Amino acid sequence: MDLSTTYLGLKLAHPLMPGACPLADDLDGVRRLEDAGAAAIVLRSLFEEQIAREQMSSFLHTDSHGESFAEALSYFPSPDGFVLGPDEYLEHLRKVKAAVKVPVIASLNGTSLGGWLRYAALMEQAGADALELNVYAINTDTEEDAPTLEKRVLGMVRSIKGAVKIPVAVKLSPFYTSVAHFAKRLEEACADGLVLFNRFYQPDIDVDELQTVRSLVLSTSAELPLRLRWLAILSGRVRPALAVSGGVHTHLDAVKAVMAGAHAVQVVSALLKHGPGYLKPMREELERWLVEHEYESLAQMCGSMSLRNSPDPAAYERGNYMMILQSWRQA
Amino acid sequence: MSARRRLPLDGNEAAASVAHRVSEVIAIYPITPSSNMGEFADEWSAAGQKNVWGQVPAVIEMQSEGGAAGAVHGALQGGALSTTFTASQGLLLMIPNMYKIAGELTAYTMHVAARTVATHALSIFGDHSDVMACRQTGFALLASGSVQEAHDLAAVAHAATLKCRIPFLHFFDGFRTSHEISPAEELTDADLLHMLDPEAIKAHRERGLNPERPVLRGTAQNPDAFFQAREACNPFYAACPAAVEEAMQRFGALTGRKYGLFDYHGHPEAERVIVLMGSGAEAVHETVDWMTARGEKVGLLRVRLYRPFSPKHLLAALPKTVKRLSVLDRTKEPGALGEPLYLDVVTALAEARAEGSLPFAQEPLVVGGRYGLSSKEFNPAHVKAVFDNLSAPKPRNHFTVGINDDVTGLSLPVDDSFDIEPEDVVQSVFFGLGADGTVGANKNSIKIIIDETDLYAQGYFVYDSKKSGAVTISHLRFGPRPIRSTYLVRKANFVACHQFVFFERYDMLAYAEPGSTLLINAPCKPEEVFDQLPREAQQEILEKKLKVYAIDAAAVARSTGMGGRINSIMQTCFFALAGVLPREEAIAKIKEAVKKTYGKKGDEVVRRNHAAIDETLQNLHQVTLPGKRTSERPRPPIVPKAAPDFVQRVTALMLEGKGDLLPVSAFPVDGTWPTATSQWEKRNIAAEIPAWDPKICIQCNKCAAICPHAAIRAAIYPPEALKGAPDTFVAVDFKSNDMKGLKYTIQVAPEDCTGCSLCVQVCPAKDKAQPKHKAIDMVAQAPLREKEAANYDFFLKLPEPPRAELKLDLKNSQFLEPLFEYSGACSGCGETPYIKLLTQLFGDRLIVANATGCSSIYGGNLPTTPYTKNRDGRGPAWSNSLFEDNAEFGLGLRLAVDANTRQSRHLVEALSGQLGDNLAGELLKAEQHDEKGIAAQRERVKALQQKLLRLKGPEAARLLGLADYLVRKSVWIVGGDGWAYDIGFGGLDHVLSLPYDVNVLVLDTEVYSNTGGQQSKATPLGAAAKFAASGKEVGKKDLGLMAMGYRHVYVAQLAMGAKDAQTVSAFLEAESWHGPSLLIAYSHCIAHGYDMALGAEQQKLAVGSGIWPMYRYDPRRVAQGLPPLSMDSGLPKGSARDYMRNETRFRMVEKIDPKRFQELMTAAERNALQRDALYRQLAAVTIPDHPEAAQPAGAGAKGAKE
Repeated sequence: MDLSTTYLGLKLAHPLMPGACPLADDLDGVRRLEDAGAAAIVLRSLFEEQIAREQMSSFLHTDSHGESFAEALSYFPSPDGFVLGPDEYLEHLRKVKAAVKVPVIASLNGTSLGGWLRYAALMEQAGADALELNVYAINTDTEEDAPTLEKRVLGMVRSIKGAVKIPVAVKLSPFYTSVAHFAKRLEEACADGLVLFNRFYQPDIDVDELQTVRSLVLSTSAELPLRLRWLAILSGRVRPALAVSGGVHTHLDAVKAVMAGAHAVQVVSALLKHGPGYLKPMREELERWLVEHEYESLAQMCGSMSLRNSPDPAAYERGNYMMILQSWRQA
Repeated sequence: MSARRRLPLDGNEAAASVAHRVSEVIAIYPITPSSNMGEFADEWSAAGQKNVWGQVPAVIEMQSEGGAAGAVHGALQGGALSTTFTASQGLLLMIPNMYKIAGELTAYTMHVAARTVATHALSIFGDHSDVMACRQTGFALLASGSVQEAHDLAAVAHAATLKCRIPFLHFFDGFRTSHEISPAEELTDADLLHMLDPEAIKAHRERGLNPERPVLRGTAQNPDAFFQAREACNPFYAACPAAVEEAMQRFGALTGRKYGLFDYHGHPEAERVIVLMGSGAEAVHETVDWMTARGEKVGLLRVRLYRPFSPKHLLAALPKTVKRLSVLDRTKEPGALGEPLYLDVVTALAEARAEGSLPFAQEPLVVGGRYGLSSKEFNPAHVKAVFDNLSAPKPRNHFTVGINDDVTGLSLPVDDSFDIEPEDVVQSVFFGLGADGTVGANKNSIKIIIDETDLYAQGYFVYDSKKSGAVTISHLRFGPRPIRSTYLVRKANFVACHQFVFFERYDMLAYAEPGSTLLINAPCKPEEVFDQLPREAQQEILEKKLKVYAIDAAAVARSTGMGGRINSIMQTCFFALAGVLPREEAIAKIKEAVKKTYGKKGDEVVRRNHAAIDETLQNLHQVTLPGKRTSERPRPPIVPKAAPDFVQRVTALMLEGKGDLLPVSAFPVDGTWPTATSQWEKRNIAAEIPAWDPKICIQCNKCAAICPHAAIRAAIYPPEALKGAPDTFVAVDFKSNDMKGLKYTIQVAPEDCTGCSLCVQVCPAKDKAQPKHKAIDMVAQAPLREKEAANYDFFLKLPEPPRAELKLDLKNSQFLEPLFEYSGACSGCGETPYIKLLTQLFGDRLIVANATGCSSIYGGNLPTTPYTKNRDGRGPAWSNSLFEDNAEFGLGLRLAVDANTRQSRHLVEALSGQLGDNLAGELLKAEQHDEKGIAAQRERVKALQQKLLRLKGPEAARLLGLADYLVRKSVWIVGGDGWAYDIGFGGLDHVLSLPYDVNVLVLDTEVYSNTGGQQSKATPLGAAAKFAASGKEVGKKDLGLMAMGYRHVYVAQLAMGAKDAQTVSAFLEAESWHGPSLLIAYSHCIAHGYDMALGAEQQKLAVGSGIWPMYRYDPRRVAQGLPPLSMDSGLPKGSARDYMRNETRFRMVEKIDPKRFQELMTAAERNALQRDALYRQLAAVTIPDHPEAAQPAGAGAKGAKE
């Protein structure tokens, strides 16, 4: 069975790959993912904000103690290797690239245009086959409107595309008023791919300590339908390749995603839960399913259930919501 | 041959650069001011830098200087080329090995940043007292006087020792040379190879111990042999000067820089000559040039090779015309006929006269004098005074210069207005805060000027003795000729004040020459700057017609995200105003320097610095001066009028930076100083201070407990005590079931707080509607200062609750008056909360033996000290002996207390008939286990003293003097991990092995904090520290477990930030145990690399992850049938990752080598789990109870139980 697909211009043996997550944080993990047959490796995001914060924290809280007291002009050794910047990530990227044969996609979360550009270029230099721009920003400014925010992202994507030669995907959140419109604008900004969707870490509240706490809940298949809808809406209507991220736990989830239009299927929670080796049976099951259902190839299935191809396109539109509500009422 | 580079170096780097490249084995131990040499060597080896033979020298940090000397001795005996770096007490610890190394005629060079040896006080600064203590060891002593010389003569020493087999001690002045930055021409590897004789190296190696050609060294010799054998080395000493001379000539031919054993400079027919060695010779050189240019026949004789002393070369170097010699020693030898160099010169002349070989027209008169002890200034005015003395009909001998000795009248009069500094030298003085980066920026400025211009430059930096809010004064010179001014700038063309508040504290404008430029960082508009200056500053600006420029650098820093770091901004202003380089070029170079300095630290740091630089010039404005003063506000007094006389007369001058003006008579003769002085130094260094909201407060007192500076305090008191309270004083009802009807107040000392915000971090009380608001929040200090200062004054007068009635838990402990307050420790220090608690619990009967280190510096560094007294005049008595002997020193204090106690008890018994049996009996049988018992005994002693006043006879008089000892004293031995785990471990172990009632408090920061973060045996697995840059591979020594092995030692491991109640329990239990006790206290530290406000949070993570288990081992529990060890922390939870990643010391390892970090972290976790498991098993073990196991044998007789 031909499971091959093309994502971000990369010819892949099949669509399954680990999404950005800690599994690829060390070379052993990366090798295990490759051994399990990952079609590509997506690295965890490099966060510009985190780098900047660590640098400034070191500058303001650690370095500031130096040159203050006669007996100690500094308090730490200063080995050349101690560089507070993206080097750790880039070095890892380099090593991963050298260690595996499959394409390596680096992921980036920037906070400033300068940061996006700088780190994107560095990732390209370090050997990344493609970039995934993790547009992850919670906008809390009550005075900043949606067009302004979208314009900023579009400008950033355009600039990065002008600065690097490797393909660039944009990982979106579902919280845009008009996802389809924004996707189209991203196409115009020359994005090569769209990843649907980001899962924000949601804050939780510790009611005893009266403080917010970070929580990370693994996804379930229940999160998939949201992705399916937007894959289906965009499939065939925008040029960038589409990837699904969030909610793919089984081969059937993958089948659905591809049917909705995904060229690539990113898996994270299932791998965190079952280990990187889980990719292998998933791929095998996917293949078996296609054979059993007499598909010629994965490509034949891709987008088959999209808004354009689906026998029931209205299901992806507003009516869907209403009908479900009605069915609830009926039940 | 590669070209030699001109580099900005300090003396330490200059010497270490040579030593590292010509050595194979380097054993070191940190000590100021030489630590940097070892650190450079370690860094270079860690980076793979090779010596001239292509090998990376092995650098090893030892447990003490004695250990380093032993390791070096071994390396030399093994046939390796070895070196070490040290100073002061460290050098003294090396002396036994130095005798051996010299006695065995070993080619070896060590480098010493010469520093004062502690006598009546410790001093980290420079003089030759350490080096002079080694002149009898048989080492050759070679002196350098400048950075370039430290580099050059290091090479000469390493070359000469190989030739002559006499070991060399190469030295230069601590701080003045070791820390001065100036341009030096770096010797290439080829130069060094040219200097070193391969045959001599081969011979050195062949003398190494080797079983292929076995020999035996280190024999024991008897009267028949020793003397002759000792004399057998004489020819080598005789040949040494020639070997040095030859090496110097070879060096001169190679580099063009010519040195002699003695170098004369001055008038060829000089009649008056000063003889000295070290950096002071540079100031004499300068003065001699000035005087000879004015026709005076004066000269300078620099001594370079001091041992072996060559009279022949001395006499040959002096002009034949010399009539009078003044020999200056930078050391003091009380009771001697004169100081060493003086005696040597006198002897050389006397012997020449006896031999008839005096080369002079007439025999010169020789006088000797002392100068420059502990880096005391030695400038041309002092040199002139010495020459003037030689012109007197009867020159004064055995004089001092540089001080005013109004006691023995030895000091020479000095004309302070004498000034010879050339006008084409730009002289600048910068007043900054340590934390604002001023010194770093100035170092960069010097580097820029040295790199970019043909100018010569010099930078010297003066630091104050505080670790928080430390003031730095940078002295910079730039000029067209080499700068020999080895003294502070006195008349500056450029004065910069980087912190506006300094105008209230320092007379900065005293440095300013008329017409010079004054740059002010002012938190206001340029047109407001002048009006905000105190009257005196305005007056001086107008009189001197200064050109004043101002910038609100803090605003620029804020707007560009630079926090409190204004260094790049002020540096840009300096270059813009000083005109050393064209503006645009200077800015480009500053940006380049920023990139070089911070590039590794991150592009964000560079970006923000660059943004700040770009913002600077548009914010720099010339201040338009009015024709007259606009302010009548005088500079506030340095100390309040209420301060005691001594503080007014002595301390205040020192605080003002004018301590040099104090005469000898102002000082205690034996190093004894009054306590309770930090209260008079109101530093106002916090931008924000905590404000208390009593509506939310749950009255837990955690804020007061964690405060490192005793600047937030809690009190309970009867309502009537509120009479006369300021209107803004806040009091609420005390919530307590036991003590009803009392009022409660949390009060901040606004002028003493350092703004660390630890109190806010630990405060558990949040506003339910708005949880970001706590019972304590940080707010701006300035608006509250006056009001809260008045409130605090009132607070201090509130009555203390009766100690005897308080149940001593964490909360109540904070109602006791801290007798350790406002220390100069770092803001957010993790050590001082423990010391403060110690003084709250036992301060009125506390004797502290304090090891050298952070705790001795913030505990005992002048001008003001934090140990204080209670209302009865009682408080901690404190002393620092040495670094290495603190446990033994503390034991000695215990023995003295016991001896006095025994004697007083004996006298009570002897006088019991006259005292009344009841009183005597009660005094002798008194239980003093707790505050109640202590209070009762104090009453009895008071009654005893009253009775004794009425009794006659010598026994009554003796008892009167000793009666205080009937109240139990608490002896505490306090120090850091460097002391307890390393240099003092042998002594500590011995003291713990004994049954005496001493309490040891180890403030464990897991590195040598005071000297800058070198690893100790307390450094945990996985942490990077100096000498362990890639992360320590082995675990921390388990000091507690070792002590438990004795079974009679009370041991506890504490982390106040994690569980403060356990800390209080451990202190109380330790003190009440009549044998030895050991408390190991987790102390977060700036050397861990994170925001100290989060210190308590980190402690929780350390404890929670099992990295820092908390426990108490109490030998008394054996008798109760309980396991002596009890765990106070829960089972380790989760990974140590969260803890480790928060701290630079661990994070550094991860950034350099993630794989190694992973391995070390896993090992650290495993280690923690294993240790925890071991402890938990021990905590389940009961020990069969034998009566003697409950108390150490003889503890009753040897403790203060009596």
